[in-house]
Amino acid sequence: MTMTRKFGLGGALLGAIGFATAAEAAEQITFVSQGGAYQQAQTVAILDPSAKKLGITINQDSIPDAWPAIKTQVGSGKPIWDVVDTPTGNCLRGGEQGLMEKLDFSKIPNGAAMPEAYRSPYSVSYEFYSSVLAYSQKTFPKDAPNSWADFWDVKKFPGRRALRNHPFATLEAALMADGVAPDKLYPLDVDRAFKKLEEIKPHITVWWTSGAQSAQLLNDGEVDMEMAWNGRVSAVAKEGAKVSFTYNQGVLQSTSLCILKGAPNLATAVKFLNEAVDPVHQANLPLQIDYGPGNPKAFETSVIKPERAAQLPSEPANAAKQALMSYVWWSSPAGEAAEKRWASFMQK
Amino acid sequence: MLALVSPALLVILALIVLPVGWLAWQSIYHDGFTLENYRRVFTEDIYWRSFALTFEISLAVTVIALLLGYPVAYLANSVPKGWSILILSLVVLPFWTSVLVRAYAWLALLQRTGVINQFLRYLDVISEPLALVHNTFGTVVATVHILLPFMVLPLYATMQKIPSDLMQAGASLGASPSLTFLRVFLPLSLPGVLAGCTMVFVLCLGFYITPELLGGGRTVMVSMLVSRNVELYNQFGAASAVAVVLLLSVLAIFFVVSRFISLDRVLGQK
Repeated sequence: MTMTRKFGLGGALLGAIGFATAAEAAEQITFVSQGGAYQQAQTVAILDPSAKKLGITINQDSIPDAWPAIKTQVGSGKPIWDVVDTPTGNCLRGGEQGLMEKLDFSKIPNGAAMPEAYRSPYSVSYEFYSSVLAYSQKTFPKDAPNSWADFWDVKKFPGRRALRNHPFATLEAALMADGVAPDKLYPLDVDRAFKKLEEIKPHITVWWTSGAQSAQLLNDGEVDMEMAWNGRVSAVAKEGAKVSFTYNQGVLQSTSLCILKGAPNLATAVKFLNEAVDPVHQANLPLQIDYGPGNPKAFETSVIKPERAAQLPSEPANAAKQALMSYVWWSSPAGEAAEKRWASFMQK
Repeated sequence: MLALVSPALLVILALIVLPVGWLAWQSIYHDGFTLENYRRVFTEDIYWRSFALTFEISLAVTVIALLLGYPVAYLANSVPKGWSILILSLVVLPFWTSVLVRAYAWLALLQRTGVINQFLRYLDVISEPLALVHNTFGTVVATVHILLPFMVLPLYATMQKIPSDLMQAGASLGASPSLTFLRVFLPLSLPGVLAGCTMVFVLCLGFYITPELLGGGRTVMVSMLVSRNVELYNQFGAASAVAVVLLLSVLAIFFVVSRFISLDRVLGQK
């Protein structure tokens, strides 16, 4: 799998075809993530080392939104994927709908050692990112907005604003703006959140739909402050734009690993899942990209230097300032109802 | 003859009839027959709002494209051949650029720090940047740009077939140029107008990229509802129902138009 490092995803696919005959005897799995720089970072930090250590072949695939494909594949009775890296909510929802294998944690010691909030019967946390308040340092050279209450305060902080066109993290932000403490959010008071959102709605210039769009808005100075994913903001900052963000009142979100029901290589998939959340592999991920390890034990290894840790969303001190998104709530009937209500809120 | 067309028929069957049939089936069948998806489309007001907005935008785009496209087609028709080829290639040229690239180009032009706002501020015409994009206005502008060739080409094709002697006859009978245009040329070009308008209107009904990128999240056209429904309801049925209603609206429009002109004119340019 060293080919993958050199040639990226295309190489991985070609490699997979090339290795197919040789690997028939050896064990293999198909792993799916979201592509781009993120999947490349994993390949270097986690996938290649895991493949080497376990002596297996990891075939890679990528898709921006795995959910429809998971439904179709498992529905057909013959899935081709084994392990998916997808927003934790998909793993929980999939587990409830019988689309995911229930995990035997006695075979996943690395997962079993993680705090309970970081796993479910169907999944283990894989990496963390955060929906943060980002702002232009040109507009706010000092006294920048530092909380969602500031974001909502259009008098004290005049400027153009953007939010994500999605209820995830947005409802949480609205409640925090209304004075709810980050650790007291769930179950969300949906009525209160939408009422607070109505307040800011006339002042929102753009409701963004993709991470790339949120980065462009900030980079081009189209908005002065917005909710965005921390990795997108730091990427724009690295390219020289005068932008920054605060972890204060960020919403900590995660993707998890789960295994498709009826996965073709179940036993190997379980082995890989355990290896992928190994603290050392996990600690290597943030050296490649601005996302935090899914396994908090990664911070106890000496791999992540303190100054690097301080930049990561799931570093304990940063995590303490944020709200941890409850995927259990979002995949509950109340959460699903809130998601449906979003569409009518946007069109009113 | 049948042997010659059968490959084409097979392609149509495999790529159009089967997927559309599957789509329609999904909308009424999910663990048993259900009209739930249609009930939602016809009772929840977000769907009505989206359909109404989509028809409004399509109408606006069609009218603007006609007003912009007619003079261009007229000019291309009345200048010597070499010039008309140049004009038509200018019309078709943007056609070869990806819709996505053109949408982003409009973003660069229209946004707060974009070329147009910067220029107007430089000239001191405005003190605050205008909201030209992330709204319905930006969506309409970019959509007109993308669909303009579909207006100009049918118009030009129709105008080409209007014999120029008719205009000379009108002039020889004492009519002014504007009167010949109004009484002779314009009525004869109407089939082209109808053909162009139908093409633009129908294509606009299904637009996705421009409202998604330039609508700021508020301009929710029907195609966007289709994609949101897949995400929201986690089943294709909900989205299929929206798509089927849109498809039926398009067929209804074609049916009405076919009462006035032969569909060959709209689709094939005979």
